[in-house]
Amino acid sequence: MKKKALYAKENYRGQCTAIKQQTINRRKDVDYVDAVKQHQQEEYQQFIKDKIPKPNLLRNAIAAFVVGGLICDVGQFISNFGQNYFNLNKDDTSAFTAIVLVFLGALLTGLGIYDRIGRFAGAGSVVPITGFANSIVSPAMEFKREGYVLGVGAKMFIIAGPVLVYGFSSSVALGILHLLFSR
Amino acid sequence: MEYVRAFIVGGTICLIGQVLMDTTKLTAARILVLFVTAGVVMAGLGIYEPIVEWGGAGATVPLTGFGYSLGKGAIEEVEKAGLLGAFTGGIKATAGGIAGAVTFGYIMAVLFNPKTKP
Repeated sequence: MKKKALYAKENYRGQCTAIKQQTINRRKDVDYVDAVKQHQQEEYQQFIKDKIPKPNLLRNAIAAFVVGGLICDVGQFISNFGQNYFNLNKDDTSAFTAIVLVFLGALLTGLGIYDRIGRFAGAGSVVPITGFANSIVSPAMEFKREGYVLGVGAKMFIIAGPVLVYGFSSSVALGILHLLFSR
Repeated sequence: MEYVRAFIVGGTICLIGQVLMDTTKLTAARILVLFVTAGVVMAGLGIYEPIVEWGGAGATVPLTGFGYSLGKGAIEEVEKAGLLGAFTGGIKATAGGIAGAVTFGYIMAVLFNPKTKP
């Protein structure tokens, strides 16, 4: 009887340690699986990173510089032309230049040439005012099938709208600040 | 010489835009908004005036120049007409460009169809 009880006790202890060991092992397994998962995820992230084409900073910067500079030179030419041949004053010259450039930007976008320049030049074709015209014509053409009011008329301003909203608002704010603080 | 200066200033402004596009997640639309607002702010601080003096069209053709015209117009009109000028000045100064962009933009969008992308 005594021996049997002792045996049962031993057996019970043995079972306990076995269960403990099992849980430890199981936890280790979970940790291991987590580690593997994490590793896989990291590998996947790296894979994706390698797959996404890295922008070639230098090449893009040079292209933007050259094309942007050239567009500004065209603007300079138009500005000089206006001053010399139409005897425009300073304010009228800048309006004249803006109108002609915007016309050229819109026309070249319509002909599909501006987008080709844009693919090469990036910001060099976006930042000049011709790019503003491009941002009006491109979506307007694209959405023509939605009609002339909510298609062309509305989608023209998908990028130009925000530009005008922030431009106008900040100029009004600047005017008010000037009124308040510079007298 | 003024063509060289316009090239350098205009090119540099576009280069800044390109570097911003490549290194941050700013889209073209955000760059345009940022540049116009920056132009207005720089007009207010008086920083952009010397750039325009030196760079000519190189400073006025990029969208920062559009912002500069807005800001300068507002300030000048405030001096002439007071509070009303804050509302009329900026748009008066840029009216030609905006009306041109809207009108020509509309005409071209009606006349042409998008080219199929390769």
